[in-house]
Amino acid sequence: MSTLTQQEFVLGLFEAAPATYSSLRQLGKESFYAQGLPALKAEEYKFTPIAKKLETSLTDFSPAKPVKISAEQVKSAVFAGFEGVVLVFSNGQYVPEYSTSAEGLSVRLLSENESTPLGSIAKVDKDPFVALNQATFSDGLHIGIEKNKEIDSPILLLQFHQAQGGQVISPRIWIEAGDFSKATFIDYQISLDDAPYFVNKVVEIKGGVNADLTYHSLQTAHNQVIEVSNVVTDIQKDSQFTSTQITLSGDMVRNNLTLNLLGSNSVGNMYGIYLLNGKTHVDNHTNVDHTIPHAESNELYKGILADQSRGVFNGKIFVRQIAQKTNAFQQNNNILLSDDAIINTKPQLEIWADDVKCSHGCTVGQLDEEALFYLQARGIDKTTAKGLLLYAFAGEVLDKIEVDSLRNHIVAQIQERLGSKF
Amino acid sequence: MLSIKNLHASIEGTPILRGINLEVKAGEVHAIMGPNGSGKSTLASVLAGREEYEVTEGQVLFQGKELLELSPEDRAREGVFLAFQYPIEIPGVSTTNFLRTALNQVREYRGLEPLDAVKFLSLMKEKMALVEIDQKLLSRSLNEGFSGGEKKRNEIFQMAMLEPVLSILDETDSGLDIDALRIVSNGVNKLKSEKTATIVVTHYQRLLDYIVPDFVHVLYKGRIVKSGTKELALELEEKGYDWIKEEVDSTATV
Repeated sequence: MSTLTQQEFVLGLFEAAPATYSSLRQLGKESFYAQGLPALKAEEYKFTPIAKKLETSLTDFSPAKPVKISAEQVKSAVFAGFEGVVLVFSNGQYVPEYSTSAEGLSVRLLSENESTPLGSIAKVDKDPFVALNQATFSDGLHIGIEKNKEIDSPILLLQFHQAQGGQVISPRIWIEAGDFSKATFIDYQISLDDAPYFVNKVVEIKGGVNADLTYHSLQTAHNQVIEVSNVVTDIQKDSQFTSTQITLSGDMVRNNLTLNLLGSNSVGNMYGIYLLNGKTHVDNHTNVDHTIPHAESNELYKGILADQSRGVFNGKIFVRQIAQKTNAFQQNNNILLSDDAIINTKPQLEIWADDVKCSHGCTVGQLDEEALFYLQARGIDKTTAKGLLLYAFAGEVLDKIEVDSLRNHIVAQIQERLGSKF
Repeated sequence: MLSIKNLHASIEGTPILRGINLEVKAGEVHAIMGPNGSGKSTLASVLAGREEYEVTEGQVLFQGKELLELSPEDRAREGVFLAFQYPIEIPGVSTTNFLRTALNQVREYRGLEPLDAVKFLSLMKEKMALVEIDQKLLSRSLNEGFSGGEKKRNEIFQMAMLEPVLSILDETDSGLDIDALRIVSNGVNKLKSEKTATIVVTHYQRLLDYIVPDFVHVLYKGRIVKSGTKELALELEEKGYDWIKEEVDSTATV
């Protein structure tokens, strides 16, 4: 256990930062110093003492260099039955060797061409970790979807992580989808060993008009991993963006998801499942900004918490005065399976327009004993019955995942966790 | 088949059953009647293994086995079936999926091979006809948004699928209109055999016109205070329960 000051914490990262995007990095650095790591009890990180966690869990704060990935590792990481594009990353760095492509899809390293307007969607002053990433990321990927192209097969971002001499991994991804394009991304993180590390990820997604984009994220890191993820997207006129966030493990995970609805007739969907055990701590902060009239947002997050796990849900819906005829729906339901599990859930609605439809609701409960008895009375053992009920609870979100191979993979993991097949 | 001896049960310290004795043989239909709060549903729940009830005394033998020592699922696998008074709604779980899991666990316990999807489906089709239930209903979430009659029919459908030895119908008739009552009773009657037995818990005589009992027992204050044949049910229908209450209460005070 070491105790590092914030200065020491970031110093190694700043020193190791490459020379690319120097002015943007400088902005990030200044913004980070202005904000600092979130203080204990800071409103936005009230239930997630991330700075303390970093200070007590990590011993080295230099960037983790990419590790060698084998074809075998890639092969075994891809879900059974997956058909689509695979983009491989090692500690945030793109590995072209095992990556595939599709018509209408282009990739290039961020360092290749410094024209990518990093930070224009994920703004440094919104979160200190965005600032830290912008100041210190090693390299990242610019992913382009051509105008008018509908890429039917999903694009799997296979993110291999392993602390390798350093412990901080700073993935940086910029996705730019042209007008009338369509694409589905799966961000899948895999820990290669059991050593602790910190992932500070920033994904910016710039959608064109009438675009249809889906971003699935599957977090199954091992239980010493600390992660902060910032996914921010600009959604234009007549567009749809859907996010699903599935978190099954980790030490402390904080997901910031921000949807900026910038054009009318746009739709933003935010779905999530967190199925937690042990001492895993997962905090989902979502933020949808209705800036124009006639847009819609839908949100459904479901949590199942066992052992001493802890969940935090904070769903912010911001409806600006001009954003009349907004439809915004939010729901967060939780089942606590033990007396020691904790959930802090908070809807946060700020509505300045006066002709809108907004609803929110959250529930916290236990497994329905009556339903359990009903299933047992039909001959189903208790473990399977519990699994069946919890699976049904999560099912509403799982049904939103249209990629069969991904959904089956998640279902199998959930079944394994719940100890039952059904 | 079923032998209940001096069964006492309480909930949160309050005694509900105060010494039930009942013998049920294969091929028999027993009706258990009684005023509200007499312990009818408690008896059904205790037999099925509902955990809230604490058995404080007595013994229940089912086909020679100590029933009270079995978990609810093992009771079901041994062949006890409870048709619930209030069938539970379970969103997200389809009747089909749930029943296939149940049936295969029951079959496994009985040393039978699991049914594959095709065989399961054809069995389902056969049993669906018994209670005139629609397949569309079965692919929906279990009991969610079902009418009262549909829920009760679904109970009997499940009973048909699981082929129990002893069926306990807990007020299956309450809330049913005549058509639904006829369909449900029909289903129960078709499932009866020389090898199975049925316990019908009901408040009303009406059901017993359709499911004709061999024996009628009146439960009052946690005991069986009167037993007879189906004529007893007709007498109760005509005279109500007050005369039995008076009879019992007066002998109790003497």
